[in-house]
Amino acid sequence: MGRLKTIARRSFLIGSAAILGGVAFGTYLVKRDPDNPLNATANAGDAVFNPWVKINADGITLITPHTDIGQGAASMQAMLIAEELDVELNQITTTPGVPAGAYYNTALAGETVPFRSNDDSFAAEAMRSTMGAVMKVLGAQVTGGSTSVPDSFDKLRMAGAVARETLKAAAAEETGFDVGELKTEAAAVILPDGARVEYTTLAARAAGLEPVTDVVLRDPSQWRLIGKQVERLDVVAKSTGTQTFGIDLKLDGMVHASVRMNPRKGAALQGFDATAAQGMRGVSQIIGLPYGVAVIADNTWRAFRALDEIEYDWARAPYPAEQDTHWAEVAASFTADRLDKEWRHDGDVDAALEGADVVEAEYRAPYVAHQPLEPLSAMALVTADRVDIWVAHQIPGFVEQRVAKRLGMETEQIFLHNQYAGGSFGHRLEFDNVDVVVDVAREVMGTPVKLTFSREEDFAQDYPRQIGMGRGRGAHADGKVTVLDLDIATVSSTRSQSGRLGAPVPGPDTQIAAGAWNIRYAVPDMRVRAYAVPELAPTSSWRSVGASSAGFFAESFLDELIHAAGADPMEERLRLTNDPDARAVLEAVAEMSNWGSPLGPRQGRGVALVTSFGVPTAEVVQVTDTDAGIKIDRVWIAAEVGRVVDPVTFENVVAGGVIWGLGHAMNSEITYSDGRAEQDNYHLAEGMRMHQCPIIEVRGLENNPAIRGVGGPPVPPAAPALANAIFAVRGKRLREMPFFHTVDFV
Amino acid sequence: MKLNVNGKSHEVDVEDDMPLLWVLRDELGITGVKYGCGIAQCGACTVHVDGVAVRSCQLAAGDVDGDVTTIEGLGSPDALHAVQEAWVEHQVAQCGYCQSGQIMQAASFLDLNAEPTDDQIDQAMSGNLCRCGTYPRIRAAVKTAATKLQGA
Repeated sequence: MGRLKTIARRSFLIGSAAILGGVAFGTYLVKRDPDNPLNATANAGDAVFNPWVKINADGITLITPHTDIGQGAASMQAMLIAEELDVELNQITTTPGVPAGAYYNTALAGETVPFRSNDDSFAAEAMRSTMGAVMKVLGAQVTGGSTSVPDSFDKLRMAGAVARETLKAAAAEETGFDVGELKTEAAAVILPDGARVEYTTLAARAAGLEPVTDVVLRDPSQWRLIGKQVERLDVVAKSTGTQTFGIDLKLDGMVHASVRMNPRKGAALQGFDATAAQGMRGVSQIIGLPYGVAVIADNTWRAFRALDEIEYDWARAPYPAEQDTHWAEVAASFTADRLDKEWRHDGDVDAALEGADVVEAEYRAPYVAHQPLEPLSAMALVTADRVDIWVAHQIPGFVEQRVAKRLGMETEQIFLHNQYAGGSFGHRLEFDNVDVVVDVAREVMGTPVKLTFSREEDFAQDYPRQIGMGRGRGAHADGKVTVLDLDIATVSSTRSQSGRLGAPVPGPDTQIAAGAWNIRYAVPDMRVRAYAVPELAPTSSWRSVGASSAGFFAESFLDELIHAAGADPMEERLRLTNDPDARAVLEAVAEMSNWGSPLGPRQGRGVALVTSFGVPTAEVVQVTDTDAGIKIDRVWIAAEVGRVVDPVTFENVVAGGVIWGLGHAMNSEITYSDGRAEQDNYHLAEGMRMHQCPIIEVRGLENNPAIRGVGGPPVPPAAPALANAIFAVRGKRLREMPFFHTVDFV
Repeated sequence: MKLNVNGKSHEVDVEDDMPLLWVLRDELGITGVKYGCGIAQCGACTVHVDGVAVRSCQLAAGDVDGDVTTIEGLGSPDALHAVQEAWVEHQVAQCGYCQSGQIMQAASFLDLNAEPTDDQIDQAMSGNLCRCGTYPRIRAAVKTAATKLQGA
């Protein structure tokens, strides 16, 4: 296992600091290497200590900076620290801590550079480490891109190990025993005679010692927690209504607020008439803002109701008002001047297609909303010299910077209290709730304001998944797929989002063709080109991002070619696979689904393999064509993740990703009319409900040493595997999501 | 008006048409019950009135004609209801936001149908949306809860 020195080479340092009555172990931001030009922009205060482990007489606190958006991040981070620290999960408390550059996400950079995640060439590694440094300087503490596990896996275990060894050193000093004679267990150092010295009593002494950093991480065979069935820290609270989400917070003297923003996203409010809302019961203030109107009331429902009584004059949308125009713009984007990047060209596609019997097809992926079940909310208390804000956010440091800028204050005066989120799926990477709550709270300084979006407002203000089209051309010979040429045009959700952040990502958008260009097949003549559609409606990262559309195009079209060649979808994919991890996940789902075994009448199977966030993921979907419509019977999924850290949450999140992928492919889209999203509540965009939910069997493979996360990867193969299964049973190709437009589902 | 919630009587001064959901959350500070959609599409606001599951976002305060039970009144971390025990054993929750409503729905359903079939479970629970996709575990937990309740 890696020594700390190895990690330190990536400018990662663990130190310790004294705290009141105890000690904290944690990390320092960027190692200030003066020869590194990237550090020129680092500030003098960057070498700030931020803890992961705090121990004093009151107890042991583990800091879990990755935001828990339902994916179990808090438990997973605690588990990694506890594994090496030798504490039990019922002996600790957790807190997300305060946003800090020291919690920068080193793993996310791997997904923002234009190299395949299994490309470990020098250029790829060099680019990744450069981007990692940029992230550090930006202090990007990000939860996203399926990176919480990869980012945490070494760092947090190391933090736990350093803390443990330093506590042992303190115990040795206190008792006179040699460190080598000491053991640790359940939050105590165990002396040779079996006596326990609690960590809490050693903490003060440990604070005075140089931290012991020459530690070696434990061999997996010694793990007590990692890879074991462990009870999630939040499972009792989340089964008893006692888990507090941001929307549940209460402060003394708090008022309730809600907002109506221009439903034509990004456009202004030109005027409003609030006569009918004035004097409504409980309404204390009606605030006109550049983008909408906020109401302060003594009850959320009263604020909602007052907003309904106001007449608004909204400016026109800064994008085409009607959906048809959006599609026309996408369709017109397969041009040389909109070519974002030719990601891959093996062989010579144009020559190979010449004179061949060319198969062609076109696919569509619509806008889709995030809509986690907890609506957007936030609480803020603004005073003259300090702002506190309570919100669940995936980029907490940016929240503080943004609020400071908005109020003309220093970032040090802004205090974000990150919350458990009632889901996100990428929704809580945006800032509308933050901006609005600050704009409202500054009008009532000294009074805490809790802002709640109505579901309708949340739908209206959602930044949906990118809209896009894929155009495939290909050929086959002798029962084999020989040519695969895929052009993909989508709006750039990366540019849309990073533009709003004020931190544009340079170079081509890695996401437009994600899941397609990095397809792990060796088709002799193969090309994937990405075209960037100019911004239409603003878009954002939606669970699995680019691969949710590009993976659908690639694996649907490949399936068409395989059928045209007369080959078996599984066998031909296995034949084409040039990568051991991809082969292993395909073989796994073939075995799990008993691929090739006889099916019942009107049953069909489909398979898809998509790699996103470095995780090759294969799914087999089995459907029955009933008189009431298509019924999804079963799904088998296998993903190569390097290491399953928390098997309970792994199974749950992977199955949930399948359901997310299937449900939205079947049932959900956002369309615009008059510049507004036409879908304003769940009855028009509900994803999947239980009666449509198949039996899902999940397998995590651990063949590759790289540790990967699974928030996104189960999503992209779901849609093409379902479409391919429906083709198998009905002979009808579904080339456009959502599928409910063309088939009925039970 | 008077409301009996979780065995406790409350005097609240609200409009007759204020949904029970907002009386509970913003007037009484009972936040285990969740706002999700406001139009009875998600089930996050499910509570019991005289033991029967209702969507509190659609029930006007003035129309409440029985004892209200929220998730907090069903059981607590130290004294779990059988349905909650099953939810913990199966580690159902991801984000957990819908689970109060799921549990209240399941408890009411099992009270009416002690030995449900798989199809009946699907039908009874399909009004409760879970965006994280915990449905497979909800199914398993409902079955476990049914067994627990029968043994009780």
